[in-house]
Amino acid sequence: MAQGWLQIAIFLAVLVALVKPVGIYMARVFSNQRVFLSPVVGPIERLAYKVLRVRPDEGQDWKEYARSLIVFSLLSWIGLYLILRTQGVQPFNPQGFHSAPWDLNFNTASSFVTNTNWQYYGGEATLTYFAQMAGLAVQNFVSAAVGIAVVVALIRGIVARSGREIGNFWQDLVRVLLYILLPVSIIAALFLVSQGVIQNLDHYTVIHTLSGGTQTLAQGPVASQEAIKELGTNGGGFFNVNSSHPFENPSGLTNFVELLLILVIPASLTYTYGRMVGSQRQGWAIFAAMFVLFVGGVAVVYMAEQHGTPAQHLAGLHNHAFHGSTGGNMEGKEQRFGIAGSSLWTAVTTVTSCGAVNAAFESLSGLGGAVPFVNLGFSEVVFGGVGAGLYSMLLYVLLAVFIGGLMVGRTPEYLGKKIQAREIKLVSLGVLLTPLVVLLSSGIASATTLGKRSLFAGVNPQGFSETLYAYLSQANNNGSAFAGYTGFVQPHAPGNAGAYGISFADLLGGAVMLGARFAPILFVLAIAGALAGKRVSPPGLGTMRTDNPTFVFLLVGVVILVGALTFFPALLLGPVVQSLTTRLF
Amino acid sequence: MRRDLLTAAIAVVVMTVVLGVVYPLAITGISQVVVPGKANGSKVSIDGRVVGSSLIGQDFEGKPAYFQSRPSATEYSGDVTYFSNLGPNSVEAREAVRKNLAAYMAREKPYDRGLSKDQVPVDAVTESASGVDPHISQANAWIQAHRIAAVRGLPLAKVDDLISAHTDGRFLGLLGEPGVNVLQLNIAVEKEAPLR
Repeated sequence: MAQGWLQIAIFLAVLVALVKPVGIYMARVFSNQRVFLSPVVGPIERLAYKVLRVRPDEGQDWKEYARSLIVFSLLSWIGLYLILRTQGVQPFNPQGFHSAPWDLNFNTASSFVTNTNWQYYGGEATLTYFAQMAGLAVQNFVSAAVGIAVVVALIRGIVARSGREIGNFWQDLVRVLLYILLPVSIIAALFLVSQGVIQNLDHYTVIHTLSGGTQTLAQGPVASQEAIKELGTNGGGFFNVNSSHPFENPSGLTNFVELLLILVIPASLTYTYGRMVGSQRQGWAIFAAMFVLFVGGVAVVYMAEQHGTPAQHLAGLHNHAFHGSTGGNMEGKEQRFGIAGSSLWTAVTTVTSCGAVNAAFESLSGLGGAVPFVNLGFSEVVFGGVGAGLYSMLLYVLLAVFIGGLMVGRTPEYLGKKIQAREIKLVSLGVLLTPLVVLLSSGIASATTLGKRSLFAGVNPQGFSETLYAYLSQANNNGSAFAGYTGFVQPHAPGNAGAYGISFADLLGGAVMLGARFAPILFVLAIAGALAGKRVSPPGLGTMRTDNPTFVFLLVGVVILVGALTFFPALLLGPVVQSLTTRLF
Repeated sequence: MRRDLLTAAIAVVVMTVVLGVVYPLAITGISQVVVPGKANGSKVSIDGRVVGSSLIGQDFEGKPAYFQSRPSATEYSGDVTYFSNLGPNSVEAREAVRKNLAAYMAREKPYDRGLSKDQVPVDAVTESASGVDPHISQANAWIQAHRIAAVRGLPLAKVDDLISAHTDGRFLGLLGEPGVNVLQLNIAVEKEAPLR
């Protein structure tokens, strides 16, 4: 295992090293300052404003900002839905695919516009290249940019000296796309192709294999989509098996780079935050809280997966490692990633709201599989999705300030701004809405025969885990899955290639994703508006500090407390049972 | 409101064109010029005939003259992929591993007399994630080498050399796990000692 720990340590070291330079770069982009790309991108940016007919220097208050965001997202949704409905007449469709049923399209459109990328379909068996490129990959870009825009608006609200404006949505959208997401995606895509990720528009290739059989190889423009899929913490695979497919993720090196792409923006945003509020320590405090929760999860998954599963032990398999073999639970894992690379990915993709997978979550060991549940139970505040993670974490920061203030008997204050009734009401709504949606939707699915049809593992703890995870994942805009759920009904494509025929799961899931994405965004923007108008008072002797280890401890405690109080009973019925028992069912 | 609608409509159209058509096609164009082999799936051929992709595993089940790939939920389908989704406490998972373990022992033990169940590497009896895992573990290959040597009439040392030559190591000795590329190894074996 030493080699595995070393790989994990190297990853963490590289990630931490990237936080500062990337964080500074993003702060400059968000503050409309010059960066090294300005000479190239500047003219394109100005052209974009002209085409969009916006005046970038025109500030918006929180309601105007929210309106632009909602209108843009609504039209994005309609555009994507239309693309998914019209597959039969599209170019770049060498396999001649027709559209999937409307309820599946509803789920998919909602999924990609909300940065969730939950997939009730198998890409290579369902979608045209055009739908993948012009439909899904476009939303990979813009839904990520929307998330980042919201956190930038919130930061502006926090630092505003007085006034109502929190920036211009269109300017934020354009700058995030042109200065961050697109350039990095271009470089990452070219790198991935150079390592073996495919990028073409060909027919699927029929091959006569070495031993005399035939094998059809799916093709497609994969690298261009893979890059932004990771960078934007989207996670929707080109192929059904996502980043475990060798054409998406061919080696230990690509695995490492893709993991970095997933975490680099969410982690670096904490530094950006510190810089924009004028105190680097504030950013590092938030980073520290996230980092502690993240590393704990990685360690648990790795040790659990190395141990193997009860089913394997009872079958007489020895899961120990020896010379030439990783040992551990290799069910649903790839040899080139091994236990360490798969475990690290499992933690990374569930602390962020990425949801891409390189191993089968449903085949994780009981305890290893409990970690994704816990990470999602924290409402994606441990790094989280691009932008979404930090703005959700800032809600917890305000909550921690409030609770801390009550404990020491002071008026709660954050960065010189008083946190009052209106803010705390909005924070509570923002913090509680997602868990509430999860519990209601998974409760409905578990309690009715409508949800039962989706179960793959049957009516047992594993089946309950499938259901709970499906709605946890969709509500938190993650998109990873215990993929047996609703996965076995598509005619002519066994396994989990599609969800044709279960309208209940499609529709409830789609509604959950939309509600749990946009309602919190509105609360966050409202908080930004409320804070923007507040005067800053200088810190006094009685001010509770928010940049020291005590506060980090408090923040971690609040995150764990809210998550545990909300989800512990539900977790007991699924993942906890499976972590504790060696019985089979 | 009307201004927002207009701007949003233009934005959706422009972004679809730029990010959804120009960007992927530009990447495709560059890739096809610079690294066409990799962009088209790293295909491998024998005497000009394409026999597979070095990144995509193939099924050699029931062909004892070849190294065997890992078990697969999809029988190595390259156009419909999915996981087995068998859980940690699943009876089906126990049965599948039990069956795979028995089959592995039945296949290898006659050639590797000292082989016992606790020496069977995990990758040999569990299904991969992609269903087309191109690799097996080194331990798995070393066990199978006995059978290949006997069936093909090659010295064991020669087969072990071929295994080392087709092992993809860790990047810089650090990242990922070593794996033996089954298709390329089988091609090399075929070249060394062709089946009649």
